[in-house]
Amino acid sequence: MRPRELQLVIAFESTASALTFESAAANSGLSGRLIPVPTTITAGCGLAWREPPANRTQAEQLLRTLSIQDATLYELVI
Amino acid sequence: MIYLDNAATSLHRPACVADAICQALNGMGNCGRGASGASLTAGRVVIQCRSRIDHLFHGFGPLQVAFTANSTAALNIAITSLVGPGEHAITTALEHNSVLRPLYRSGAELTILPADTYGNIDLADLSRSIRSNTRLVVCTHASNVTGNLLDIAAIGAVCKQHGIPFVVDASQTAGVFPIDMQAMGISVLCFTGHKGLLGPQGTGGLCVDPALSLRPLMVGGSGIHSFDREHPYQMPTALEAGTLNGHGIAGLNAALGWLEEIGLACIRQKEQALAQRFYQGIRNLPGVVCYGDFSTTERAPVVSLNLGNWDSALVSDELAQRFDIQTRPGAHCAPLMHKALGTQVQGAVRFSFSYFNTEQEVDAAIDALTTLSMEET
Repeated sequence: MRPRELQLVIAFESTASALTFESAAANSGLSGRLIPVPTTITAGCGLAWREPPANRTQAEQLLRTLSIQDATLYELVI
Repeated sequence: MIYLDNAATSLHRPACVADAICQALNGMGNCGRGASGASLTAGRVVIQCRSRIDHLFHGFGPLQVAFTANSTAALNIAITSLVGPGEHAITTALEHNSVLRPLYRSGAELTILPADTYGNIDLADLSRSIRSNTRLVVCTHASNVTGNLLDIAAIGAVCKQHGIPFVVDASQTAGVFPIDMQAMGISVLCFTGHKGLLGPQGTGGLCVDPALSLRPLMVGGSGIHSFDREHPYQMPTALEAGTLNGHGIAGLNAALGWLEEIGLACIRQKEQALAQRFYQGIRNLPGVVCYGDFSTTERAPVVSLNLGNWDSALVSDELAQRFDIQTRPGAHCAPLMHKALGTQVQGAVRFSFSYFNTEQEVDAAIDALTTLSMEET
């Protein structure tokens, strides 16, 4: 397994929210990608966004811009 | 890219499926809406597909085959029609949420037959659970987590003996395993078109014993009896309000034709051989734990596992990012199965195989897991 590192993980309540976020992320200065939701958050079906923690402010801004209210932000070593 | 998530949906299909959909998009009207040439073309494709489905499952005639968008819709129709408050239903811990949630919402009293740590149920529990108000037994044919098969012929025999309708979720087995509704005592068979049947997403349906009268989830346009206030009750129109997914059904019809040519036995033998090859290649790797009953090779082509204490999501992501192997992690929408297996926290990485996978792809997956296993020990 690759070395684990601290990451900002954004969990979404719906796949639609996750994919909406992805569609706008690249144009918002974010460099992350979609990943399976880590089971430390939930073992349920779903997607999360993985992002370097340094980009947290841009990520939060994008969530507001997109009116995504069902997202939860975590900082996890994954 | 190596695609090993066929239990979620098929990715590789016979070329005739896409060809049929394309042809339908360019030439098919609306089935059952008038007598134009285009409408009749659609109608002929749809009735051929009904016939093929009926033949495949030895059902109760093409007119007892109703199309839905997926097996979840089919299961909702069957379950909500057959059981309600004050009545009793029996199901198993192997079930997907497409069975469990309609049951929970029905308000019926439930008995859920427990699974052991290998994911098996004890069929003796079924007879012991039957009550005077039992109105339904519903179960999957194969667990989408472990690949274990349920003996639906034995369950059907018990149901028949007690006069209880028996509903089967064939999402993981249709198109791979033989299913004979009449011989197995199945009252309603729910299927999806996009997995083992190799059709497109948005197709599925149910085959219904004419002794049962199922209630539709929706009523509306039917193409017939336009002045009646009530939706027609004749099958299959009763369960098919609104325009059918004719283009999708055309693809499913082509896939069924292909399956008839190849034969289920050939497909099953190849898929089971690939799954066994994978299982034998990884079962003794340090840290690898497989879930399910592998004492028999007669199982759906699914191998779910974990690697040490690693989060299944991380392992699946590692397989995708480093090895370009697509799997599915997490809980697989089968919460009771995960509780029985003890994987409700960790989830499990599921490898699921198709006729279109190759031994080389399986060996690449074995090599990838070997690498990950060695890195952890």
